[in-house]
Amino acid sequence: MTSQPLLSVEGVSVELPTPRGRLLAVDQVDLSLAPGRTLGIVGESGCGKTMLSRAILQLLPKRAALKGRVMFDGQDMVRLSPEALRRLRGPSLAVVFQDPMTSLNPVLTIGTQLIETLQAHLGMDTAAATRRAAELLAAVGIPAPEQRLRQYPHQLSGGMRQRVAIAIALSCEPKLLIADEPTTALDVTVQAQILDLLAREQQRRHMAMILITHDLGVVAGRADEVAVMYAGRVVERAPTPSLFAGMRMPYTQALLAAIPKLDSPPHTALPAIAGRPPDQTRPLPGCSFAPRCRHADDQCRAAKPPLADSGPAGSQYACWHPLQPAPMPEA
Amino acid sequence: MAVLEIDGDTALASPVAKRRKLGGLFLCAVAWVLLIGLAAVFATILPIASPTDMDMLGKRALPSAEHLLGTDSLGRDILSRLIYGARVSLTVGLLSSVIGVTIGGALGMLAGYFRGRLETLTVGGVDVLLAFPPLVFLLAVLAYLGQTVLNITLVIGVLSIPAFTRVARAVTLSLSEREFVVAARALGATHGRILLRELLPNVSLPLVAFFLLGVAVTIVVEGALSFLGLGVPPPAPSWGSMIAEGRESLDIAPWLAFLPAGTMFITVLAFNIIGDTLRALTDPRPGAL
Amino acid sequence: MARFIGRRLLYLLPVLLAVSLLTFLIASLLPGDLAYAILGDQATPEKLAALRAKMGLDLPIWQRYLHWLWGVLQGDLGRSFRTGEMVLNAVLDRLPVSIELMIMAEVMGLMIGIPLAILCAVKSGSAIDRFFTGFAFANLSLPSYMVAILLIFLFAVQFNWLPATGWVPFSEDPVGNLRSFVLPALTLAFAEWPALMRVLRSDMIATLQEDYIAMAKAKGLRPARILLVHALKPSSLTLVTITGINIGRLIGGALIVETIFALPGIGRLLVGAIYARDFIILQGVVLFVAAGFVIVNFIVDMLYGVLDPRIRHGRA
Ligand SMILES: Nc1ncnc2c1ncn2[C@@H]1O[C@H](COP(=O)(O)OP(=O)(O)OP(=O)(O)O)[C@@H](O)[C@H]1O
Ligand code: SF4
Ligand SMILES: [Mg+2]
Repeated sequence: MTSQPLLSVEGVSVELPTPRGRLLAVDQVDLSLAPGRTLGIVGESGCGKTMLSRAILQLLPKRAALKGRVMFDGQDMVRLSPEALRRLRGPSLAVVFQDPMTSLNPVLTIGTQLIETLQAHLGMDTAAATRRAAELLAAVGIPAPEQRLRQYPHQLSGGMRQRVAIAIALSCEPKLLIADEPTTALDVTVQAQILDLLAREQQRRHMAMILITHDLGVVAGRADEVAVMYAGRVVERAPTPSLFAGMRMPYTQALLAAIPKLDSPPHTALPAIAGRPPDQTRPLPGCSFAPRCRHADDQCRAAKPPLADSGPAGSQYACWHPLQPAPMPEA
Repeated sequence: MAVLEIDGDTALASPVAKRRKLGGLFLCAVAWVLLIGLAAVFATILPIASPTDMDMLGKRALPSAEHLLGTDSLGRDILSRLIYGARVSLTVGLLSSVIGVTIGGALGMLAGYFRGRLETLTVGGVDVLLAFPPLVFLLAVLAYLGQTVLNITLVIGVLSIPAFTRVARAVTLSLSEREFVVAARALGATHGRILLRELLPNVSLPLVAFFLLGVAVTIVVEGALSFLGLGVPPPAPSWGSMIAEGRESLDIAPWLAFLPAGTMFITVLAFNIIGDTLRALTDPRPGAL
Repeated sequence: MARFIGRRLLYLLPVLLAVSLLTFLIASLLPGDLAYAILGDQATPEKLAALRAKMGLDLPIWQRYLHWLWGVLQGDLGRSFRTGEMVLNAVLDRLPVSIELMIMAEVMGLMIGIPLAILCAVKSGSAIDRFFTGFAFANLSLPSYMVAILLIFLFAVQFNWLPATGWVPFSEDPVGNLRSFVLPALTLAFAEWPALMRVLRSDMIATLQEDYIAMAKAKGLRPARILLVHALKPSSLTLVTITGINIGRLIGGALIVETIFALPGIGRLLVGAIYARDFIILQGVVLFVAAGFVIVNFIVDMLYGVLDPRIRHGRA
């Protein structure tokens, strides 16, 4: 990681007002990503992954309060004017949302939704944009693209819709694609196809990607680096190989245990993580994982462990009593 | 995700501050309705002039000790006419809404609870009644029946049945699958008991809110009839006919129209505010109708 | 789409039939009977009997209904017993005025309501939003005859800008015709916009939270396109329904407004018939208006399908 980062998130916090008080959805997150690389963000439901991605995209709910800097391509996204942001979204920064059922507009045709994006940024005329739209649909593996252009989202299956959403995201050749749990809402059988499609297009376009998921297994072969989030914070961060070789945070280990194993007999209970994430309107003074952690002691409950460097490989973790790294097979 | 955001954000839409502000308005509205109501009830014993005595020498007089709000173009005391007009408006408004809420509420609850053919018939009947533009229907029926206070009240009452039926049916439908009703049924409670003891208390709050909104609409409709000269026959005072009479002298004495119009506007607004506040209490969705 | 229209048509016919029956029954509410009402003071038993026989009033009620319905289906709504005018002609003569009035009113209502709704939805919770929402709420308590008085007072009496009465046919004086419509249409529009704005505003607020709006922003579309194409279209379903429901109120309002501003439309024909106790015209107008109302609501239902492809394809 010698090259200048494309994206760097510096001390970003997001607070949301709720009827029960202010909710700290993202807490002091630092991340960086080089061009063409893939960062996986992993964590349980509700740990703030979507809010973090919205903070990067500057698409937070109106009443949310954002602190920190989001540097993209040398500009601070937080300070950009709405018009400058608009020009950036699409050609530089694109996103694929979690649920393709809700992320496509139900009353506009697939064609309209693709073509308008092309026209907004690339100044194409309608005929050229239509041709390009069909090519894009074909590229993401949609058969009979010309006919699909005239159809509405409800006429497509979930997997097809997610392919359309990906085509839209790719349409202006972004430098960074944020994929927010792109497969969570889909059938297991199409999940791998969608992930492979994303990986292939990323390679081809030399595009950077943030792959958000709650499944450590998804990032295993696909991300260069992984950040594990818990209760709004990054609690462990490492290059993917070293993370799997030796995770230090008990929470990461629990996530690993929660990956459904393909070779386990069907319908065995998943070793889910016991307990629930903490209420983020009432932050704990110590480690947020303490109530569920087997290794927790008084120190854990009293003070927050800082995100500290560990060893040589650019890894970091936040834990008072890290797990002992297993002996590494190779450096 | 989308659901979560809507929930989150509507909850964030600062209803707390708004509700507190509505509280003041709400109290003002209640106070105004009480004031008008008491004045109407005690009109005969209040120390005011007769609403029909004409003073041909004091036409369109400005306010004085004798006529607190002045006189109209026939020299009649405006304050007194406003108060007697309130009698007509409130009588018609309240009684016809009572008819609507009792019959419509009962029909709606029965239809929503028993379902089946009864429901089909009720919904069909409601649809047909709603197929008429209400004011046209009202005018036509009154033309045949004759324009008396009783007829006006009855016909507006009948016309308001469909709206109440719809509300009562919708609420009943949503309640009758809830645990407490299912539990009562499982314990062998009779239909009558379930309807009266379990459902009625829950249906009545939305119905009361709707009742108040209905009173507001009825006052407006009664005013329209009187305004057209097709309401309570003269010389009995009514807000609508006062506005119509005042219209003739808009150029020389605009207040003759604006005084009854203002009184009626505030009264209607007051009923709307009270009704809407109650409705908001029963229905957490903002702006739902 | 054809199947969709067919299904709705099947529902339309029984409603129209029921409407005709009810209209007919209302007329039989008359204390005494029609012959008596027509003859009035000159009623003698012989004259009454003769007129009853001539009008078929001595037949059983269902026969009279069928007879009347048969006439109606052939376009015969009866003949005024005062002027001898055919009811259908009287109605068709006045229809253009009422339609011009209602269309102008609806357009003005939408022109006030839609932009305000969008503004308030975008700025929801702000002072602007609270002001206009409160204003709309208060406006709901302001019936059309009060608005008419206010507008006449301001524009006709105080400033003398626009005429309060004095309709001229479009063919004779187009400008004068339009001018004579401004105040009446504005009056009706004042009754229309608050309801339109309230529904659209709350639907827009909900739509603006949708993922596809975030997606539209993430695509870098211009704000105008996001609001007018991505948010307005899916939010306008309830607006269309409300517009349909409001037509009933609009017709009632038109009746009052036509009377106030002396516009020779159907509403004034109806009120005039009541003043003159011309029951045949009254019955014909009520039937015509109610049937028209049912049909317009049917068309509004169709619009639903245009707006929402899911309904068009029979999935919802
Ligand atoms: N609009 C909102 N208003 C208030 N709180 C919100 C809102 N959206 C999300 N939250 C809260 O913010 C926290 C972080 O939510 P976020 O959606 O970022 O989680 P996530 O990691 O993406 O979860 P998931 O896997 O379910 O998508 C959660 O506690 C959630 O309840
Ligand atoms: S800091 Fe303590 S509680 Fe938190 S993960 Fe480490 S051991 Fe567990
Ligand atoms: Mg999420």
